[in-house]
Amino acid sequence: MIQIRDISTIELDINGEKRKVTVRAADTLLHTLREQLGLTGAKAGCENGDCGACTVLVDGWPIKSCLMLAVEAVGHSVTTIEGLKNAPTQKAFFENWGFQCGYCTSGFIMNCHALATIHPGADDDTIADWLQSNICRCTSYEEIANAVKQVLKKDI
Amino acid sequence: MIPFDFEYYRPDSISQAVDLFMSLTRQAKKPMYYGGGTEIISMARANNIYTGGVIDIKGIPECNKFGYEGTDLVIGAATTLTKISDSNLFPMLGITVARIADHTIQGKITLGGNITGTIMYREASLPLLIADCRLSIAGPGGTREALLSQVFDRRIRLEEGEFITHFIIDSHITSLPFFHRKATKIDKIDYPLITVVALKKDNRILVGFSGLCDFPFRSLEMEDSLNQPGISKKDRIQNAMAYIPAPIVEDIHGSAMYRRFVLENILSDALEL
Ligand code: FES
Ligand code: FES
Repeated sequence: MIQIRDISTIELDINGEKRKVTVRAADTLLHTLREQLGLTGAKAGCENGDCGACTVLVDGWPIKSCLMLAVEAVGHSVTTIEGLKNAPTQKAFFENWGFQCGYCTSGFIMNCHALATIHPGADDDTIADWLQSNICRCTSYEEIANAVKQVLKKDI
Repeated sequence: MIPFDFEYYRPDSISQAVDLFMSLTRQAKKPMYYGGGTEIISMARANNIYTGGVIDIKGIPECNKFGYEGTDLVIGAATTLTKISDSNLFPMLGITVARIADHTIQGKITLGGNITGTIMYREASLPLLIADCRLSIAGPGGTREALLSQVFDRRIRLEEGEFITHFIIDSHITSLPFFHRKATKIDKIDYPLITVVALKKDNRILVGFSGLCDFPFRSLEMEDSLNQPGISKKDRIQNAMAYIPAPIVEDIHGSAMYRRFVLENILSDALEL
């Protein structure tokens, strides 16, 4: 049984490395990534599951890290934007100008990276379904959709 | 950031979970069973709920069941909405849960969490109510089975210390014709103005509603009216409207009168099943 009663040190698998963090059970994964590990790519937007700026991958699936406790990640592998090294999705966002201020960008990239990995043949409906999980206040949606389509076409 | 501390436990068995619940209760820690945790985290962050200990059921094998057992489809309470919709084992449920929140959050919300949550919509309950789903419930008195309709009166009502381990659906229901319509005010990703889920079984239309009243429901009286032979579709719908079990919600998503209008139109389509 996994348990935490007080502030405790737990081991998380982050970007392929075992990292020790000292957390309260009530600490979210988002807070732990940013404040304990200095991985500030995942952004705090709404902290309520609405915006997607905090999206990371857990076992390859997109998860809003503001709605996951750090301790829930024990036994799972977490990938943050810092763990993507020049992935095609990153290049496609860059080439298509899929960002303006950039605040939403790492969340979008993580979601799109998971989409391209899990559904490499995704149709327009699937793309729309996945991307509706993220909000861009600068409204870069057209460019973001172009970036995703470029990745899916493996044209990058 | 959640402004208070709690303890976290991820037990490996039903008995461990129940023992923990009882022990934390004796310590006045107001324990909560924890599935996907999305509602607990967001409400705790806003200081709208308090718990001194959460018991995460995701490590319990019974809560992770997913597949056929004999003639039943069995879905563990810790199964995520994404897993249900991607599997297509029960299309009526899959299509309904694929419209709850957004795609990313569907990978965290669990079926048990949606059904037992406090949010008024709980749309996953609609297909399960009209499918006459059974529940396996664990608690201090052991495990028991009950019809969802027996423990669902506006919300799930379980005894102290009990939790749902899995849902059991007669597999022949999963291939019957069904109807799903979620109407929202503007965006596709939004709480429902009204969600209607209907199933055609033995030449009767069975219907569940969310967003109409401040709780999800199935009304046998409304179903009787909707299935009344020998009268027009319009009259059947009008007769059914008289049995809406509580005041129609009036809020920022729509007035009660508008919801009524939308419902009449949705029912007209549902009756074409
Ligand atoms: S910060 Fe997590 S969804 Fe907005
Ligand atoms: S680029 Fe500014 S919020 Fe999306």
